[in-house]
Amino acid sequence: MFSFEFLIRILPDLMRGLVVTVQATFGGFALALVVGLLLALGRRSGVKPLRLFCDGYIAFMRCTPLLVQLYFVFYVMPSYGIRFSALFTGILCLGLHIGAYIAEVYRAGIDAVPDGQWEAAKSLGLKPVPLWLRVILPQALPPMIPPLGNFLIGLFKETPLLAAITVVDVFGAANNVAGLSYRYNEPYTAVAVILLSVSLVAAYFVRKLERRYSPDAKRSR
Amino acid sequence: MDLNQLLALDVLPQLLKGAAVTLKLTLITAVLAFVLSFVVGFLRLAPNVWVRRVTTAYVEILRGTSAIVQLFYLFFILPAFGISLPPTTTAVLGLGLNLSAYGSEIVRAGILAIGKGQHEGAAALGLTRVQTYRLVILPQALVAMLPSFGNLLIELVKATSLVSLITITELTFSGRQMVVTTGKTMEIWTLVLILYFVMAYPLTWIVRGAERYAARYR
Repeated sequence: MFSFEFLIRILPDLMRGLVVTVQATFGGFALALVVGLLLALGRRSGVKPLRLFCDGYIAFMRCTPLLVQLYFVFYVMPSYGIRFSALFTGILCLGLHIGAYIAEVYRAGIDAVPDGQWEAAKSLGLKPVPLWLRVILPQALPPMIPPLGNFLIGLFKETPLLAAITVVDVFGAANNVAGLSYRYNEPYTAVAVILLSVSLVAAYFVRKLERRYSPDAKRSR
Repeated sequence: MDLNQLLALDVLPQLLKGAAVTLKLTLITAVLAFVLSFVVGFLRLAPNVWVRRVTTAYVEILRGTSAIVQLFYLFFILPAFGISLPPTTTAVLGLGLNLSAYGSEIVRAGILAIGKGQHEGAAALGLTRVQTYRLVILPQALVAMLPSFGNLLIELVKATSLVSLITITELTFSGRQMVVTTGKTMEIWTLVLILYFVMAYPLTWIVRGAERYAARYR
């Protein structure tokens, strides 16, 4: 039922796919970090239309499936003359989608900085740039790191969806192997094991980060 | 977007039919996932080490691999072992198992969040273990779990789109079919997105309501 020989034969294909998966993961995450920050800042701004837009964007992204968003960008945009490669479409959609979730992490992190810090910084006459760079962000960023790590793992696990728009990531590679050989057991088992081991190792590091950056850890130090 | 043309092409009725299947799948899967969440969540707190280890492995494996990979696994590999399930059963089972891993964490955290004093108080009143959970722990824990389960339900509505890849004619699959037959890519995918939004967005109000309700009891 399960042939290790066949598994070893298809492993190079799967590894090439894994490289694409990693590219999509980090590309999508980098974009999501920027999108999330812009959304978090937009929601704090004094301009009401901007706030409403950010709220609407977040609600829309969270209430529609990533798969359909991928189809939309991949199949609709070309009829308006905007043509991206499949991988770029995937990275774009992952970033725009996960960014809506990450905005909440930024918001929570910034809100967790005590009011006294803002007041003290302002009474010292700090301008907005040093206020953010030297007072708020150094305190707001560390607690954000563990949840951001969790979103990175979450995003990694969403990448197999890109196979639906012809990206040959690790799952797409397994689909190709399965489609050509009519053997499903080895490729899909291999994909499951690869995804599981990467996310377990990543989760271990996130837990370490949690211990290091959680507010409780600081207090006990 | 030319609405009359779309109506003439019978697009919306087809998509609505797909949306009905999506809702049905969501509902059945939600019930299965809810029950499994409690079973697994409680087993993870069991006194027996091996029960805990096995259920922890269950949770880690289901959370560590993607839902779509799990669905493909059930859809393509089970038949090779002589277990042939109808696609809808595969879909409900695959999504239900996947969500139960996340749900069991909600249950576990909800129960662990109830203070030791509540257990001691129940014991002092002479309640049995079953009574303690039924009358003291669960009523408090359930309220705290509600918002998280609501969020999970939103994730489920979206996750049902995955089963379109294992040949189930729900909303996303209907969308793909209608694109093939009518060629109206833009209009159809826009409608599909709107329909998903209409199904999922009201759930966010419920989550917010549940959060307010839970906060009162804190």
